[in-house]
Amino acid sequence: MSSQQATTTGAKSNIPQVLAHSPKDNVAVVVVEGLKAGTKAFGVVTEDNSTFTVDVKDDIPIGHKVALIDLSDKDTVVKYGQDVGRMVAAAGKGHHVHTQNMKTKRW
Amino acid sequence: MATIAHEMSSPYPGGAPDQLMTKSLEGKRASSDYKNASFRGWRRENGRVGVRNHVVILPLDDLSNSACEAVANNVKGTMAIPHAYGRLQFGEDLDLFFRTLIGIGSNPNVAAVVVIGIEDGWTGRVVDGIAKTGKPVVGFGIEGHGDIATIAKASYQAKRFVQWASELRREECPIADLWVSTKCGESDTTTGLSSCPTVGNMYDKLIPHGIYGVFGETSEITGAEHLCRERAATPEIAEKWYKMWKAYQDDVIEAHKTNDLSDSQPTKGNIAGGLTTIEEKALGNLEKIGRKCRYIDALEPAETPAKGPGLYYMDSSSAAAECVTLMAAGGYVVHTFPTGQGNVIGNPIVPVIKISGNPKTLRTMGEHIDVDVTGVLRREMTLDQAGDALIDMIVRTCNGRLTAAESLGHREFSMTKLYRSA
Repeated sequence: MSSQQATTTGAKSNIPQVLAHSPKDNVAVVVVEGLKAGTKAFGVVTEDNSTFTVDVKDDIPIGHKVALIDLSDKDTVVKYGQDVGRMVAAAGKGHHVHTQNMKTKRW
Repeated sequence: MATIAHEMSSPYPGGAPDQLMTKSLEGKRASSDYKNASFRGWRRENGRVGVRNHVVILPLDDLSNSACEAVANNVKGTMAIPHAYGRLQFGEDLDLFFRTLIGIGSNPNVAAVVVIGIEDGWTGRVVDGIAKTGKPVVGFGIEGHGDIATIAKASYQAKRFVQWASELRREECPIADLWVSTKCGESDTTTGLSSCPTVGNMYDKLIPHGIYGVFGETSEITGAEHLCRERAATPEIAEKWYKMWKAYQDDVIEAHKTNDLSDSQPTKGNIAGGLTTIEEKALGNLEKIGRKCRYIDALEPAETPAKGPGLYYMDSSSAAAECVTLMAAGGYVVHTFPTGQGNVIGNPIVPVIKISGNPKTLRTMGEHIDVDVTGVLRREMTLDQAGDALIDMIVRTCNGRLTAAESLGHREFSMTKLYRSA
């Protein structure tokens, strides 16, 4: 099965390590297990299939977010091209964005 | 034995879904022709079609659970559905209680019902409600007889029902006879990228061919309410929906919150999966209604849709068992359930199809998943292909394939309670 996959999808590097929903997003989601700091991660924007890379600066678990630009305290986090909350601490490009530096604007 | 072992072989230690491995699929796949797709179900007395053939022993109240479980133990092939409520409820909460119980008994996945309650009055109200469908239903009150005599009488009746139901035959039904609900659980960022838009793709393809759909989870629209409002079929429906959503914000959250809800919404499981805020969770949630379909009404909890085929919204809790129970009571016969971190929920009468795109979840607990859409994250499977895989699994499930939740015995039944009893 793995050799078949290799022929249909080309090189293994075509499989994205991070996915963003919209070109407007300033964070992307890690979609592989065990992504380590120091990795140049390959990413795809699902809305338009454009590709990008981001130098990952933290070990980030699968499903968690990586900053695609330098984010400062109080910045709005954009995902799905929409406002999904605000930063409560800075996170440089490539760093882990989660509950330690981001919060809801609701409730 | 060798053949069986081969059929069961799985690339995942946890036991993976079989949508790509089963060789014994009959006929052409439903996804090859949505319009002419069909499934084999039981057409009930009122014309609705069920995909399961349960004989239910339904307690009116918490006090009657014991007798119902005894009957279900006496008569094989029947199922008791114990629950915690039914005493001293009043007002809107009591209305919801009756709507839920009568709705569960009326669901076309149920062939016949035995109702047992502590007294005859409310027992009769549930029996009368279910009887409107035309299906066989009978009730027994415990007071004046005791558990043992009641169990004996109810067991004779349950035995007649189950033998009658066992001879009912499935018939070929058009896809338009299908009522498909959705609600996701233990969501993470992968659900918004893969399993939720898979459900959305299915609705975009099947709603135009006459199925009934429903989504809900009122608190989990928060952050995407502007998008949800826009998806109503008319401005009047949008306004009705918005009032429902706003009432929950004002009357429930603002009235009862002790903090910013960050300990509950997102859940600890959501947070472990990478979701940080309710807004982020809500946008993923809303992926379940696809790109094209518009909802044609906003239903009260457990309300049966009455505006014909199409997509509906149901005011509902975001807790998995409560929401699936309310949708089952509304009359939906098969449920599509995207999960990221691995919610294991089932329902007593409705098959719950689990869809996941999280490779870690497939690896560690794949036995709970029916449709594997991890390929979407690897960009090896398009959402169109994922939607087709789900449609095929819906039809196979309707035709009788047991879901992961059914085979593992998940029968979570949770009624929604609005406030304290009298």
